Amino acid sequence: MSSSGQPPPEPFRVSQLLYDTRYRSYTIQIFALAVLMLAFAWAIDNAVRNLEALGKDIDFSFIFETSAYDINQHLLDYDSTSTHGRAAVIGIINTILIAVMGCITATVIGVLAGVLRLSRNWVVARLMTVYIETVRNIPVLIWILFTVAIVNEVLPGVRSFRGEDAMTGLLFDSVFITNRGFYIPAPVFEAGSAAVGVVLLLSMAAAWYFGRWARARQAATGQILPVFWGRLAILVIPVLLAFFAAGSPISLEIPALKGFNFKGGIYMRDSLIGLWLALSVYTGAFIAEIVRAGILAISKGQTEAAYALGIRPGRTMSLVVLPQALRVIVPPLISQFLNLTKNSSLAIAVGYMDATGTLGGITLNQTGREMECILLLMAFYLAASLTISGAMNAYNRSVRLKER
Amino acid sequence: MAGEKSVAFVAEQQIPPSPPPVRTGGALGWARDNLFSGVFNSVATLLSLAFVAYILAMVVPWLFIDSVWNASSLQGCREVDDGACLAVINERFLQFVFGFYPEELRWRPILAFVLLFVAIWPALFSSAPRKLLIFSALYPLLAYWLIWGGSLWGPVGAVVGIAIGWACIRFLPPLLARGRLDEGLAFLAAVGAGILGAALWWLFCVIAFEEALSTVLAISLEPVESARLGGFLLSTIIGVSGIAGSLPIGIVLALGRQSNLILIKGVCVGFIEFIRGVPLITLLFVAWLLLSYFLPPGTEFDLILRVVIMVTAFASAYMAEVIRGGLAGLPRGQYEAADSLGLDYWKSMRLIVLPQALKISIPGIVNTFIGLFKDTTLVIIIGLLDPVGLLQPIRADQNWNGIVWELYGFIALFFFIFCFAMSRYSMYLERNLDVGHR
Repeated sequence: MSSSGQPPPEPFRVSQLLYDTRYRSYTIQIFALAVLMLAFAWAIDNAVRNLEALGKDIDFSFIFETSAYDINQHLLDYDSTSTHGRAAVIGIINTILIAVMGCITATVIGVLAGVLRLSRNWVVARLMTVYIETVRNIPVLIWILFTVAIVNEVLPGVRSFRGEDAMTGLLFDSVFITNRGFYIPAPVFEAGSAAVGVVLLLSMAAAWYFGRWARARQAATGQILPVFWGRLAILVIPVLLAFFAAGSPISLEIPALKGFNFKGGIYMRDSLIGLWLALSVYTGAFIAEIVRAGILAISKGQTEAAYALGIRPGRTMSLVVLPQALRVIVPPLISQFLNLTKNSSLAIAVGYMDATGTLGGITLNQTGREMECILLLMAFYLAASLTISGAMNAYNRSVRLKER
Repeated sequence: MAGEKSVAFVAEQQIPPSPPPVRTGGALGWARDNLFSGVFNSVATLLSLAFVAYILAMVVPWLFIDSVWNASSLQGCREVDDGACLAVINERFLQFVFGFYPEELRWRPILAFVLLFVAIWPALFSSAPRKLLIFSALYPLLAYWLIWGGSLWGPVGAVVGIAIGWACIRFLPPLLARGRLDEGLAFLAAVGAGILGAALWWLFCVIAFEEALSTVLAISLEPVESARLGGFLLSTIIGVSGIAGSLPIGIVLALGRQSNLILIKGVCVGFIEFIRGVPLITLLFVAWLLLSYFLPPGTEFDLILRVVIMVTAFASAYMAEVIRGGLAGLPRGQYEAADSLGLDYWKSMRLIVLPQALKISIPGIVNTFIGLFKDTTLVIIIGLLDPVGLLQPIRADQNWNGIVWELYGFIALFFFIFCFAMSRYSMYLERNLDVGHR
């Protein structure tokens, strides 16, 4: 009697677009897309009309025009007849320089402070707490201005290295710390240094291969080779031999006082030094907290289990605790590196010519092309951040716990 | 007992326990355990103590004993004593607080600051009367009016716009539905009408409304231009509005990033990653130089307001990531339980997920607040006069030329007090809300 067929399909009603979960997501997304596109169209239309009213256009050709300004610290050749594009590259290299230097020292400071804050020594632990809390709660800009002021006001002037009772430089009179910045020896490469470089690369590869071979051998036979000393020997001896065989082609040029200033060597400006110290100390405090959290995250049972297996304390640290702690430490550590790189844009406040100082500073002011300059500047920082965070995600995937 | 002969080698009463060796108990023992337990530790302790003593010996006499509070120039300070010349702070204190805000009008920012505490009271403490939340909602416009001045009817006009939109969404659907219009369509139409109505009001009617009411009943404060705002007042304005704006926007972005709707998710991810990928300075440059390009020609738009918008956008991207961490940290069962109760998306988020997720992310949220407040100092680069920006004019002043440490120390102390207080409050909140998983 009763027919058990499909119920007749309901006629489509408009309200289903909003109340039926099958359609609702499309409704919302289409609506959002429409609003978004309208907003973009509105903004771009405004921009076009505003630019037209000012008689401007979007034009990147200024990159190839002469910059006509000097950059006081440059690693590549540059003078005021170079192009704006070249100035931007110099700025970007300066940003990378400060970022790499800062990341290295910040990591050293941070790891030390983080470990010491966990120390059983009450005085040391409290001192580290004070350091971390003080640094973290004061803006980085103030730290940068403060350290540059310290360099300028506290360090001895160049004049005090001259005359009767002159000061001598550090490290056998080769490093000079003055209120204008640091003067350090520069390596000078002569003919034949390329051979030394090649030998260095080869011995690095050999050292890496030796480590792998030693590990495989240990896994197969149980014998432990002195990997550290072996690697050191492989790294140092051939390079030294090649260095002397090629007739010592690499020498140091030591800065010397000529007239009112030091000549020769590498000159690190006061702004570079101040920025570097401030960023290291500031980011170091954040890294210290990350390191501390990472170590605390590894439960005590792990160490105790390692001891119960008879593993010595040093190896417990390197084989059991550190690999696990690193999994916790590395992601936030890298985001601190990114923060440091982004904070290095504050160089503009102390006159260090990084990417923001050249591209977003003088080039922008001289050419009046704010739209193009800021776009390029943002593109640079964005590319750097996305590259690093992409690498971080790849690392995270490789060390992730394989849960089953 | 009496008949038994005592044995010489058996003690007749229990010997009282002897005190522990001096070297393991008390302060000495503690010091031995914690400070001098080995050669390395002893050296570290001594070095740290020497360092602390050195710093104290340098700072304490300079700051407390030899300091000068009353003088009219650095020269005058040096004549009295060679310690810290705190006279500069004494003289310029009000400038540090208010910037160049007109002297006779300074009661207005002070009043706004006091009212700020009334406004955030119900947000910080659940014991406060709930009705105060209405005041909190109206506070931003009130504070704007107090600080910038102008006619009261401008902010009121803005509120009326919001009210129009709300009224459309609240009251139109039943009316439209009665007219045989489909229910869902009625709601959509009401939302559209609300947005359109508010937009029309703001675009075309606000100015007429303001002028009309001003002629009838002129309530206005003397206007103060943005260029005169500065000092801690400016930092607080940018910081507080950034904080207040970034939390709700951050929550929306975090939910959007978790959404199943691909387009919404894409937009949110793109926004967050873009903002987190560039330094705040570039965004401030955008606020300074570019933002007005994207607005209709001829729009005059206050620089401080533009900066607040960009700072808020910046902080909300970071906030979104913090809250996303909280959302991800919540056990899946909570989401499923909310679904199985039949709650719709917004209800399940509002009643089940967000309260717990926000609780987990409190430390991160407060850290973002602290970072935002510290980042307000960056506005000196685009020429606003926050406390750091006021340093330059002071040091350029002939009287105070050559003064360095006192000024940096003073500003650092201000930021330290605020940020440290915020971090302590977050710890208190964490402990208070930590009911544990029973």
